[in-house]
Amino acid sequence: MVSIRSIPSEPGSLSTNDLPWVIEHREDRCTLCGKCAAICPVNTLKLTYMRKRMPKLVLSSSERGSSYKTFVGIRQNTDPARRCIGCGSCAMVCPNEAIHPVHNETDRHRFVNTKGGQAPTRGGRRNVPGPNLLDQISFNRISMLTDPALDAGRHEFYMNTLLGRVLPPEEYLRRQAAGEWIPPVREIFPFIIGSMSFGALSPNMWLGLLQGVAYCNEVLGIPVVMATGEGGCPPWVLKSPFLKYIILQIASGYFGWDEIIRAIPEMQCDPAAIEIKYGQGAKPGDGGLLMWFKVSKLIARLRGVPEGVDLPSPPVHQTLYSIEESVMKMIQTMSMAWNFKVPVYPKISGSNSAKSVLNNLVRNPYASALMIDGIDGGTGAAYNISMDATGHPIASNLRECYLDLCAQGKQNEIPLFAAGGVGKNGNVTQNGMALIMLGASGVHMGKFIMQSAAGCLGSERNRCNVCNIGICPKGITSQNPKIYRRLDPDKVAERVAETFMAIQTEMKKVMAPLGRSQSLPIGMSDALGINDKAAAERLNIRYVC
Amino acid sequence: MCRLAMKTANEPFSPYSILTAMEAMQEGYDGSGLGLLLRGLSFTDYKYNPEDPILSGIAHSEEALGRLHSMMNERGFVLKYDHEFDLDLSKIEAKDRYKYVLRVYKKPSAWDSLGKEEIEHELMMARLALRADGEAHGGDLTAFSLWPDVVMIKEVGWPLEVGEALGLQSGRIKSRVCMAQGRQNTNWGINLYACHPFFIQGVATMTNGENTAFIPIKDWLTGKGYPGYIGYQSDSEVFAHILHYVTKQLKLPLQAYKHVITPLKNNELAAHPQGTFLRGLRDVCRRLIIDGPNAVIGTLADETTILVMDAKKLRPATVGGKPGEWAIASEMCGVDAMIPDRDKSKDFQPMREHTIIIPPDRQELVIWSQFDQFPLNQAA
Repeated sequence: MVSIRSIPSEPGSLSTNDLPWVIEHREDRCTLCGKCAAICPVNTLKLTYMRKRMPKLVLSSSERGSSYKTFVGIRQNTDPARRCIGCGSCAMVCPNEAIHPVHNETDRHRFVNTKGGQAPTRGGRRNVPGPNLLDQISFNRISMLTDPALDAGRHEFYMNTLLGRVLPPEEYLRRQAAGEWIPPVREIFPFIIGSMSFGALSPNMWLGLLQGVAYCNEVLGIPVVMATGEGGCPPWVLKSPFLKYIILQIASGYFGWDEIIRAIPEMQCDPAAIEIKYGQGAKPGDGGLLMWFKVSKLIARLRGVPEGVDLPSPPVHQTLYSIEESVMKMIQTMSMAWNFKVPVYPKISGSNSAKSVLNNLVRNPYASALMIDGIDGGTGAAYNISMDATGHPIASNLRECYLDLCAQGKQNEIPLFAAGGVGKNGNVTQNGMALIMLGASGVHMGKFIMQSAAGCLGSERNRCNVCNIGICPKGITSQNPKIYRRLDPDKVAERVAETFMAIQTEMKKVMAPLGRSQSLPIGMSDALGINDKAAAERLNIRYVC
Repeated sequence: MCRLAMKTANEPFSPYSILTAMEAMQEGYDGSGLGLLLRGLSFTDYKYNPEDPILSGIAHSEEALGRLHSMMNERGFVLKYDHEFDLDLSKIEAKDRYKYVLRVYKKPSAWDSLGKEEIEHELMMARLALRADGEAHGGDLTAFSLWPDVVMIKEVGWPLEVGEALGLQSGRIKSRVCMAQGRQNTNWGINLYACHPFFIQGVATMTNGENTAFIPIKDWLTGKGYPGYIGYQSDSEVFAHILHYVTKQLKLPLQAYKHVITPLKNNELAAHPQGTFLRGLRDVCRRLIIDGPNAVIGTLADETTILVMDAKKLRPATVGGKPGEWAIASEMCGVDAMIPDRDKSKDFQPMREHTIIIPPDRQELVIWSQFDQFPLNQAA
């Protein structure tokens, strides 16, 4: 059978109705200004001339025909690589509200999104919309009559947490008396800006974050810290007094560490901590990835690499391939680099084996914490399969580790930090406090901060999620100055401050009804309830209905 | 909210006088339990040597009493005095009280070579063994304390009725220190072990209010693996255990208790002469920070008495008295009922930074503030 070429129907052919986002355009409102087509980050929009035929019905049989008219309309590209990503930039710039993307449930493009044998990749996080488990947890131990609920507006609340190895009390007293080394401990706000590398984020974004964090610390008195992710830090930041708000990350690519090591003699202060990344929740078992689109001159300079090349970190490195190597070498090496005055801790992907890692850390005198990143964590670039299906949810993973520490009586010695989907649906404080009461000393949030502080458009319905190719319509994750100049660092800083002020107020509104104000309620699992019997049993909290 | 009354005096007095004082505060308890702890004992029908350990508890059946007897014998304890209460069981709600145990023993001769701490450990282990045995037999044996110069009585019911049921009005038992608590049940089931005061190795505390930070504190204490840190039928038991941990295990001075349960704020520590040390102490004992609302009244083995509050001060407590005789109660009317002839203008309600200490000489109150220098005998 010979195919009929005149009908454009190949196996990979798509119509607009097969795409995840369909552009709705109202010709009657459109002024043909072209702003939508100009701003579209994926160039999916084309203004095209279209021809319209109007049959003319004339009663006299000698005259028949049609009248023809041309007009300018919008055409949507159906190539999966240039499909509409639903970011809505067109709607944002349209002077007449004539255009906007509409989510299409009958999305069929995912079946053919493998052109040239390329498995699909994106930024963002797991595409599972709707409430996650953390959203279902409620705080039930309300102080009623037997103990009074507190006044969130007037009481003083202590909400900070500790990052660093905390000695057992007996050992602390012994070392104090003997004048021996006491491990460094930082008192920080329990909501931490998660690791996002300065290569993944645009200069305006990380500058805005850093300004906001400094404002929170120095003006608002909220001791917020931010983690950099792999890829170093600009030398001027390393030599600035703002370094004390930064958690520097070292990972398998060692990117950016030449600059960091060179800057050590000139540092005015120590960093908040050093995070050794073994894995992340969004793509466990993968190294970091910065695609060539984003390796600009500045990033190449920071990382010590040529411009415009892909930078995939290996999943492991000679010095990072096993827990023994890690605790014996990396943690000690990093501690030594800063004279044992900076907490050093590993970050791992949520995994069934997290408890084994933890127990190795417990026996190392320098390990300062353990950070576990769950399956709902976000990332700048990963294969869809890694993001959607690989990893371990954070709640049960964290809970297991915490209860294991409790059984050993070491829950105050190694703080656990949790991440992966905190604030996924906007309930950042509720999610974070739930994790804290399950046993976390603090939580990291990356995607939420991008959404809250910089207006990131990404969602779990595969909206936007083009962080990987440097065309971020908001200028958050692009290294192209024409794009990132859209983002004003001062405005980001303002939003960072507003976000943390709001989180602080919400924390009080959670703690006050529980009658807690004197310390962060870490592990206060008696306050939690969930309307899911199986989850309640697994997390060892109360089932409520 | 429970009601607390504690009196300490140079002259021994009958615990019944404290129970009558409790009546002044009777709207504050629900009859779910009474707990008494007596120190500095004297019996009318026995000359007691304060070195000898006293076992307090309840045998709920003859068989349980037999087991108790043989367990003590096996450990080498020699019975010197078995106090028979003038019982009127009709006034007791529970129907399974075979014998209220108050027995004075001579320490096992095998302990002669042991040091003070080892003896204290052995006493605790013996008490825990009795408790475990009772629990293994359906709760037919309850052991409250096994310690020199300490008697504990716990029973479900109204304080005055319980006192009369045990014949305490006869004045056969007197003591220099008496702690009493009328319970308002805010926990779970009604359980004898949930009655205050709580006791471990000579350290005892009782509390009003509810301990909102109970679970994290309990998890931490349990994780220490120390055999005495068990039970927790009441959320207030952790206060006794923290006091024990601070004074007996960390061997810190009594004033450190307050620094552990309600540490100072950062700016206060920055101005404190030992701020660096105390900040470190706050970090390492972070899980023991209480969140109230509680007033905690405690006594130590040397008859020292303390009163502390949580930082929010949402539960009441007052101390008053005169040289040689002091009373602490959760309500002012309780102090009035115990020591009516005192100078009321000198009564004191501690603020968030205070630890009230009544030393064994009972001459005057020590009002110690957290902002004061910390009496630490080491380079801190």
